[in-house]
Amino acid sequence: MSQGLTKAEVQHVAQLANLPLKEEEVVDFSQKLSETIDYVKRLNEVKTTAVAPTYQTGGTQNRFREDEITPSLPPTEALKNAERQYNNFFVAPDVWD
Amino acid sequence: MGLNSLTLREAQEGLKAKKFTSQELVKDCLDRIEETDGKIRAFLAKNPLALKEATENPQGIPVAIKDNFNTSGLETTASSNILKGYLPPYDATVVRKVKENNGIILGKTNMDAFAHGSSTETSDFGPTKNPWDLQRLPGGSSGGSAAAVAADQAIFAIGSETAGSIRGPAAWCGIVGLKPTYGRVSRYGLIAMASSTDSPGPLTKTVGDARTVYHWIKGQDPHDATTVDQGEGTVKEIRDLKIGLPKEYFRPEGQKEVNETVWQAAKVFERLGARLVEISLFDPQYAISVYTIVQRSEVSSNLGRFTGIRFGHGRETFNAENKRRIMLGTYALSAGYYDAYYKKAQQVRTVIIDDFKKTFEKVDLILAPTMPSVAPRLGVTQGQSMYGELADILTEPSSVAGLPAISLPCGFVAGLPVGLQLIGPLWQEEMILKAAEEFERNTAWHKEKPKL
Repeated sequence: MSQGLTKAEVQHVAQLANLPLKEEEVVDFSQKLSETIDYVKRLNEVKTTAVAPTYQTGGTQNRFREDEITPSLPPTEALKNAERQYNNFFVAPDVWD
Repeated sequence: MGLNSLTLREAQEGLKAKKFTSQELVKDCLDRIEETDGKIRAFLAKNPLALKEATENPQGIPVAIKDNFNTSGLETTASSNILKGYLPPYDATVVRKVKENNGIILGKTNMDAFAHGSSTETSDFGPTKNPWDLQRLPGGSSGGSAAAVAADQAIFAIGSETAGSIRGPAAWCGIVGLKPTYGRVSRYGLIAMASSTDSPGPLTKTVGDARTVYHWIKGQDPHDATTVDQGEGTVKEIRDLKIGLPKEYFRPEGQKEVNETVWQAAKVFERLGARLVEISLFDPQYAISVYTIVQRSEVSSNLGRFTGIRFGHGRETFNAENKRRIMLGTYALSAGYYDAYYKKAQQVRTVIIDDFKKTFEKVDLILAPTMPSVAPRLGVTQGQSMYGELADILTEPSSVAGLPAISLPCGFVAGLPVGLQLIGPLWQEEMILKAAEEFERNTAWHKEKPKL
């Protein structure tokens, strides 16, 4: 495991997270993220062989319902806060290069 | 003193007995906000229809709602610029239930932006000040809600806790804060932070008030598949209670006077007949790492929806803390690192859960300080990579385990409130509330008010 995050690693993570970062932020985050990662590595002091991970404490599983139409937001309400809409659709940026 | 200083129970009784009207109650709160919020800054958007709603509802009780709960037609921002101007098209389930029980929304309260903090200092709209000392922080992320109740601006408030965000501000502001079991209260309409620990809950002036609001808001919701309709466990009398005091929670690096104050408060339970037992819990410092990884990972996923397409502004509008948390979470979940970080954290989470389970075979409740120190000064969070997570060391273990807990006022150190917390097994809110109520009945800390 690398000691700190390189600029390239930070930029890669920023791309995965779809976060536009300024140059100063890349530098700041390299340092702050490295500090945090160093801290959380303490978890390696805890033995977890054969311990199952817990994703949810409530114990609920597979909540299903019938495939019936129930009252929901009308399109006008759902689109109310969208910057761009077209024919009852949200308009999203072009994903093709 | 105006009607704004009443408790929820007193307000309900007074309205029923027609000692005063709902309009007078709301007006006193609005006047109090006008008079004090220039200094405290608890509120963001105010409800312009509050007085009108009081006219239409003679049982109406004024409430403050943390700004991460969607309120239909009333600006909701989670204290972030990215949602400036956002008007939700629906009410969160908790908001709907509060309204169904005659809650009249005074306004939305300030918080750490997206709840990424334990101080309310990382709000994009400026910090809220602690009513007990305006140079200090109220705690977070439900700082605005806690300050509004402590300053008698609202009769009660709604907040949310992911790890410490109800209990912490309650402790630093000298009020009651209840964090229900994860899955008790619907998160529908609550702007998500960490989906596996987020828990809405009440901030109130008394334990009785917290119980009242808790019963309004709890319950299974078809809109939130993680909610459960679980009964309340058997409630023991105080003299039958075994209360564990974990030595790891009275930390040497914490404030000595806070630890002593909580020890003294624990003696009250002993005088009332409970047995105090010193116990040893899994070192809470590991919960900091568990929580940091799990929360930031879930945050990175949940905040993926803020793209400016369906609502809000562009992702460059996130503040630095938001971006850092998204980045850490994305990293911890990314290929090659998932096992080392996220999976490992969830395994240690199981270790923490099992430790509590074993402990609750020996004791009924756990008692400890809520926060290791009293409220810090403004500015303390600057330049820190993990301030919030480090400060919440005493609340993170129970939060990642989904356990219910309450913070109640138990004394003062240099004029600043100290909170003690009672943590219970899953689904045992009533046992916690009963014990807390006995403590409150035999002390007067909850009657103290800040001088503003």
